[in-house]
Amino acid sequence: MPANKQLAVAALENGTVIDHIPADALFKCVKILGVENLSKQLTIGNNLHSRKLGTKGIIKIADVSFPEETINRVALVAPTAVINTIRDFAVVDKRPVQLPRQIVGIVRCSNPKCITNNEPMRTRFNVIDFDTRTIQCHYCGVKTNGAKADIIYLPLPLRYEAIVETGHNDLSPAGRAGQLR
Amino acid sequence: MNQHSLVSISDLSEEKILHLLEQARYFEEHPNHKILDGKVVGTLFFEPSTRTRLSFETAVNRLGGRIIGFADANTTSSSKGETLKDTIKMVSNYVDLIIMRHHLEGAARYATEVTETPVINAGDGANQHPSQTMLDLYSIYKTQGRLDNLDITLVGDLKYGRTVHSLLMAMKYFKPRFRFVACEELQMPREYKKFCDQHGIQYTESTDFSEDIINSSDIIYMTRVQRERFTDRNEYERVKDLYTLRNSMLSNSRPNLKILHPLPRVNEINPDVDDNPKAYYFQQAQNGLYMREALICDALQINPKG
Repeated sequence: MPANKQLAVAALENGTVIDHIPADALFKCVKILGVENLSKQLTIGNNLHSRKLGTKGIIKIADVSFPEETINRVALVAPTAVINTIRDFAVVDKRPVQLPRQIVGIVRCSNPKCITNNEPMRTRFNVIDFDTRTIQCHYCGVKTNGAKADIIYLPLPLRYEAIVETGHNDLSPAGRAGQLR
Repeated sequence: MNQHSLVSISDLSEEKILHLLEQARYFEEHPNHKILDGKVVGTLFFEPSTRTRLSFETAVNRLGGRIIGFADANTTSSSKGETLKDTIKMVSNYVDLIIMRHHLEGAARYATEVTETPVINAGDGANQHPSQTMLDLYSIYKTQGRLDNLDITLVGDLKYGRTVHSLLMAMKYFKPRFRFVACEELQMPREYKKFCDQHGIQYTESTDFSEDIINSSDIIYMTRVQRERFTDRNEYERVKDLYTLRNSMLSNSRPNLKILHPLPRVNEINPDVDDNPKAYYFQQAQNGLYMREALICDALQINPKG
């Protein structure tokens, strides 16, 4: 591989690399993961060359690992994404994302008359077709294609709460101080 | 969440539907059975609905229960900006059962998630209205003596009509043969036709409300074609009378045929049909009382037969 390609995105000592994100889904992935709120070193690249996709996006986050349920949510917009876990500059785990059955708190319902757009509450969608990534609102029943889903920008405390509830990685402000050194 | 809440017709199994039909039949024979003594029911109508509210409140009164509630959200704290969650939690402190109608879709499902008190959905926007579907099923069951293997013709607005969609879904257990009669603009949506395919339900589609279709039906379910559904006024004028049922059209129909309509009707059923014994829409509304008595007792887990 030519040296200039390796330099496109800096190498990571420890952390998570989300690779093979379709270029047009990169910023939705950023929004879904809420990584803009982290204080860790973060590298986002887009329109990089990809043999599989033509162009791709990539997200590298130093010193953070996500619970599987949290990171799998990016499958909604980026089904081709691959998660690499890095330890001492080496890939110790590499796996494709898998769409969970239920998507909580990150997609806005497209129905303006849905209760979720009118009450301070979390949205909840059930995946009803994994091939087409069709999701259905648990409340009003309106269906949306995952690729076109309107991703909610959540205020910081709620997003951390959402991450904590799905797994072991405590990203709450208190947990961050201890864990994400 | 209380597991005896009723939000959507799709929450009900075949056994549950058949059980509720039997309960409704019991209440038709004993409409004033006072088994709700000491029970208080909250009827929360965030959106006005005279017909449904009166039917539910009559059911509670005939069963001997008490009612608190409102018929118009403007008189409540929701007009001051109180959330639905807070209103439901507050009312839950006072009542044994909540019956609610709301203009927002999914409101009833959300209400069940914030309280342990059972909730009956009396309509949430264009989404679900399960007590209407149950009274439709009871009307079919009562007049035909069965629910299975019936020829059911749905006529009018099949695109937006909530009642026909819910009826179609509830009939999945009973092997119906559907005929969908509607103009191009108001055809049955693809997702419901797909639902039929997935559940092995036969159906045909027609834009013509023909004699053949009428004469081979056990049930004709009429719905109102609403002017506001059309962008082209001329188009509305062209189709609005295509699906009007007249008494003369019923002369060679099956003896067991019954005409159903969720009401209110405008001009889709000519008044000359009203005196035909096959017209069943007013009794259908009356059946709503018995079915709602059954739904209330089921949500409260009260067995009227002791």
